[in-house]
Amino acid sequence: MTRKRRRMWLLLLCGLGLGTATALTLTAFQDNLVFFRSPSDILGGVQAVPPERAFRLGGLVEQGSLERATGADGRPAARFRVTDGAHAIPVTYAGVLPDLFREGQGVVTLGRLGPDGVFRASEVLARHDETYMPPEVADALKRAGHWNPQGGAAPPAATWNTLDPGRAAGPPGPRS
Amino acid sequence: MDDASTRTLPAGGGAAPPRRSAGRGLHRFANPGRFLRLSGRILPWLTGAALAVLAVGLPWALVFSPADWQQGETVRLLYIHVPMAWLAMGGYLGLAIGSAIALVWRHPLADLACRELSPVGAAVTALCLATGSLWGKPMWGTWWVWDARLTSVLVLFFLWLGHAALVRAFDDAERGARMGAILALIGVVNLPVVKFSVDWWNTLHQPASVTRINAPAMHVDILYPLLACALGFTLAFAALVLARTRAAVMERRIRALQVAAARRADA
Repeated sequence: MTRKRRRMWLLLLCGLGLGTATALTLTAFQDNLVFFRSPSDILGGVQAVPPERAFRLGGLVEQGSLERATGADGRPAARFRVTDGAHAIPVTYAGVLPDLFREGQGVVTLGRLGPDGVFRASEVLARHDETYMPPEVADALKRAGHWNPQGGAAPPAATWNTLDPGRAAGPPGPRS
Repeated sequence: MDDASTRTLPAGGGAAPPRRSAGRGLHRFANPGRFLRLSGRILPWLTGAALAVLAVGLPWALVFSPADWQQGETVRLLYIHVPMAWLAMGGYLGLAIGSAIALVWRHPLADLACRELSPVGAAVTALCLATGSLWGKPMWGTWWVWDARLTSVLVLFFLWLGHAALVRAFDDAERGARMGAILALIGVVNLPVVKFSVDWWNTLHQPASVTRINAPAMHVDILYPLLACALGFTLAFAALVLARTRAAVMERRIRALQVAAARRADA
């Protein structure tokens, strides 16, 4: 075996060992690497959270659940429900909501779950989804009844991502 | 003078044509003289192409493309952020391949290219982090969060910086290059973590819009300027690294000539 070949095998073996070690470590830390937990994780009992421990709750703002008010100290306050489809958790928050915040939008909130089942958030972050479209396309989809942003994510890109704006506005044709 | 300097240069270090006109495999390109000739011919074209594509892509992206229905004009940060993110990862893959070649085949040009690649890689990763942070404040409501994607890109930035520092930290350049190559190869485990962090774990960062199995979730009016910018920045990145590597080869050659001259003066 030449020295070159020996070095190559050594490199491959080291890489294999390192890759396996990393994969095992990441799998072991799986639960700690999540940035937020979903309502189903909490209510479904998948990941029990000790009471009064701060964690991040993430999901979509449930349609029709947002109530804006002014708190006792004059700061804006909001109540809404965070849902992942299966379960929903009511959330209260005092403070200014980010620009992207709306019903149907993804959010990540940091706070504690009270004994009454209400999540008291101290921080609300809006989560952007992977969809990018010009306002005209979004309007066309909404006009055609193809998509209601309050109901959640946009329809599959194949139905609107086309060079022909007329097709994006219409209902999905037989081609799609 | 020419005669004496080429004789005292390390193997393959001179401008003289290689003894075997066509070496085997990779060692064909190990000859610095051949590299300088070849890269000298490519570099003007590469630079011209980068400038031409960016001259079209940047105005298209930053001025003429539509705003996003929800992000408004903030979406324009995407045209810098995404190409920089792709270059940070693609460049690192290049660094790892160069390091493997340097370690296995003891290819001196691969060492030099890796040494010149890492500062540019660190710069694009820094730009990716900075533009992402500027986008995050108005969109998410925060400059920074410790989610899996952001943290793994920060680790990638430190790997770039660490490599750039490590290869320059030894008096013996060859030893530094070897240490840097080992660091670069260890850091490769971070690449799939960066790419798939948004799929494996819950993150605040959105999943991939373009490089995914289904159609891109991005309207063509936004997608095409983005691809143009990505191509332009990639060409510029390649031109920058090639120019730096050429300069490093010439620097090394000057040093060899100086050593030879000093030796002659001694004798």
